[in-house]
Amino acid sequence: MKTFKIAALLATVALPGAAFATELEVTHWWTSGGESAAVAELAKAFDASGDKWVDGAIAGGGDTARPVMISRITGGDPMGATQFNHGQQALELVQAGLMLDLTDVAEANNWKGVINPPSLLDSCTVDGKVYCAPLNIHSPEWLWLNNKVYTDLGLAVPTNWNEFVATAPQVEAAGKIPLALGRQPWQSNLAFGALTIGVGGLDLWKSINIDKNMDAAAGPDMLKVFQAAADARKLAAKSTVQDWNQATNMVITGEAAGQIMGDWAQGEFQVAGKVAGTDYTCLPGMGLNAYISTGGDAFYFPKLADPEKEAAQKRLAALLVSPEVQVAFNLKKGSLPIRGDIDMSTANDCMKKGLEILAGGNIVPAGDQVWSPDVQTQLGDMQGQFWSTDMSPEDAQARYVEILKSGL
Amino acid sequence: MSGQAKPVRLLRNLNAKIAAVPMILTTLVVFVGGTIWTVVYSFTDSKLLPRLRWVGLDQYERLWSTDLWNMAINNLLFFGVMSMTFTISIGFLLAVLMDQKIRFEDTFRTIMLYPFALSFIVTGLVWQWILDPGMGLQEVVRRMGWETFSFDPLHDADTVLYGLLIAGLWQGTGFTMCLMLAGLRGIDDDIWKAARVDGIPRWKTYLFVVVPMMRPVFITTLVLVAAGIIKLYDLVVAQTNGNPGNASQMPAMYVYRYMFTAQNLGQGFAASTMMLLSVLIVLIPWAYLEFGGKKRG
Repeated sequence: MKTFKIAALLATVALPGAAFATELEVTHWWTSGGESAAVAELAKAFDASGDKWVDGAIAGGGDTARPVMISRITGGDPMGATQFNHGQQALELVQAGLMLDLTDVAEANNWKGVINPPSLLDSCTVDGKVYCAPLNIHSPEWLWLNNKVYTDLGLAVPTNWNEFVATAPQVEAAGKIPLALGRQPWQSNLAFGALTIGVGGLDLWKSINIDKNMDAAAGPDMLKVFQAAADARKLAAKSTVQDWNQATNMVITGEAAGQIMGDWAQGEFQVAGKVAGTDYTCLPGMGLNAYISTGGDAFYFPKLADPEKEAAQKRLAALLVSPEVQVAFNLKKGSLPIRGDIDMSTANDCMKKGLEILAGGNIVPAGDQVWSPDVQTQLGDMQGQFWSTDMSPEDAQARYVEILKSGL
Repeated sequence: MSGQAKPVRLLRNLNAKIAAVPMILTTLVVFVGGTIWTVVYSFTDSKLLPRLRWVGLDQYERLWSTDLWNMAINNLLFFGVMSMTFTISIGFLLAVLMDQKIRFEDTFRTIMLYPFALSFIVTGLVWQWILDPGMGLQEVVRRMGWETFSFDPLHDADTVLYGLLIAGLWQGTGFTMCLMLAGLRGIDDDIWKAARVDGIPRWKTYLFVVVPMMRPVFITTLVLVAAGIIKLYDLVVAQTNGNPGNASQMPAMYVYRYMFTAQNLGQGFAASTMMLLSVLIVLIPWAYLEFGGKKRG
């Protein structure tokens, strides 16, 4: 009887101890093979630190997931932490006071000193306070090629976009699709952005997107970009898949020769067991202008009433930026780390190219950082139309300028 | 109590009235209130969160100068006219066939009505697969020997609406058929006898006697189908998601896209107000025809 009492007493004492691990629900839209392998690293690290990661993956990509996240936050059912892209997507939520201020975490861990490039921390900062933890850098300006498609045809693997276009007729004659492109508007928009940097060059990009120079947007250099996009449109005519990873899979299996996609495509090649450099080739900045834009993902923490959860949120924020998690996560994800002081020597060829460009400072801000979601959506719609119809480059350019003006 | 006091009108059937209060409140607050709120905020520049900063008709001007919206309206008009014509004519035809005192009528009726039991999401997905060139109809016919057979409506901007139409008709005609069949059964047998005595052919009786008599059924069907078309959303989302390009975009998808993805509530509200307007254009004449003039019994 006595032992029973002791056991009961122990149980009552021990139970709260076991429940001490604070559960945090984390929402994100990482659902493809490579992505979920990467997010599992985050969950593992968070669980190991004594808390509990409750996974809240939302399938269907950011355009589907973000409305769900936002309506949960504004509707009074906030999660513990949520993914957004660097930039203006969560700006109004921050301004409305719905997000947790992380300034003390940032100061305690010297985020100002370690986060590179600093523009990422600037994107998280509103009125001098830090509201998000940057996690990775994703650059969309990459051309992915299947080497075997070219060697089978006795061709050299293209080293830039121009060579890619020049060899496309031979690829097509062999019954392959030259360019794989998913049919969702954001992918067309991404391909167009990559062509802007690759074909148009950095100065043009900066004057349109940062200085908001509308004459440059309407000028002849930009028309060249639209013409290049019209070329690409012809090459992708037979690609009918929807999701980006289905398009990447066409390149992996050799059904298509190449794809313009962000560096997250890397994760898919990795999961398929392909080796960078021998099985596939990656060309940052389309092989023409080796610049990459520093978009990517950041975690935001909605304000919660429970102080224990708030402490857990801050622990998670610090954990995401910590060197170990940065290495583990980014190696799996194929993205670049947000700090320059860690050892990424195990990275593969493609990531090393990206790291070099980053270290060299050849970077530009991402579209989400310079334009509002409203403008981005309109551009996506316009590109969706351009890539699937025979809209002329001139008409498309006129529409493009009009949309940019709506965001001034 | 003297018993002379007149019962207060308001207190008659008090129990029933109290029971109806929650529904009345829901209608007033959720439906009417929500509608008014949406219309009011469509005149503001609300972005992610609603705010009262007036911009007049700016949102509407932008809406009507947007290619996507105009394209969505055109798509809807085309789909609507086609869908309306075919659902009603095929539905009526099926009902007439069903009305020929055939054997196993119950079985046929059940088969015809089954698709209606499926949601638009399921319908859309099923037809996306059937119409997929790699694993659907085209592949089946090719495997049967016609190697060059080509049928791929969903990936061509010119034909994608027909692909949607097939799915929509498959889902909706059974329901129309049942409404029409009920209408046909409501026609008095004496009419038929009279027509036979006069030696009028059956098809003429259907066309010139029965159809005019079924006017109320036709009008109800028309309104139900029309209201369904204007809010068309889930079928398209499941089947094509507006692709290829924007060739199968619909107004309801524009509303969602601008309210949530683009974080531009004002623009989305303006678009949904225009949709409300078009529903009213359909509903008001119908309500007038159905309820106006007549005294309720």
